[in-house]
Amino acid sequence: MMFAVAALALLVALGLALARAVAGPTVFDRALAGNSIGTLAMMMLAVLGFLAGRPEFLDLAILYGLLNVIGTIAVLKFFRVGDLGDPGEDPRP
Amino acid sequence: MSLAVEIASWALLLAGGAFCVIGGLGLVRLRGFFPRTHASSVLDGGGAGLILAGLLLQAGWTLVAVKLLVIGVLIFFASPTAAHALANAALARGVKLEQDGEAPSKR
Repeated sequence: MMFAVAALALLVALGLALARAVAGPTVFDRALAGNSIGTLAMMMLAVLGFLAGRPEFLDLAILYGLLNVIGTIAVLKFFRVGDLGDPGEDPRP
Repeated sequence: MSLAVEIASWALLLAGGAFCVIGGLGLVRLRGFFPRTHASSVLDGGGAGLILAGLLLQAGWTLVAVKLLVIGVLIFFASPTAAHALANAALARGVKLEQDGEAPSKR
């Protein structure tokens, strides 16, 4: 029963983070909200894995966490430098 | 499962949920980008940490506990890195820091 309460709290936090992602004025607010949504999704996966008695959800949570970090860093690099540094061209000749 | 461990894990889960909601509220209500990074780290550190600890108590000495520890280590290393990259990129692209004495931005 406690897992349902924790899942509910996570759902509320997900809604708030989504609200910040939608309302965020700068692109970095959205990237920050995206990062928080990723961590919350990991926690939701773990709690629901325990709720439904399915231990393999934890593997999904690990994978999702890794992808989330890589995605956040890629978005930040794009918005900071302007491009993802395609292998073809060399910006600094 | 002894009652004490059960109660302890429930308390940790509730505290983790509370931290998650507080972090979410902070994300929405705090003005300006950099105060929000604090709310995001409250959410990562407090919420995720306590919920993982609560689940760890529930799992006991099984492979599931090892996976939970892997998630904990992942969050322990990944979340500060992402927060640093975020703040660094935001500062580099000219998101203004509120100096003291200046009116907090309404955005």
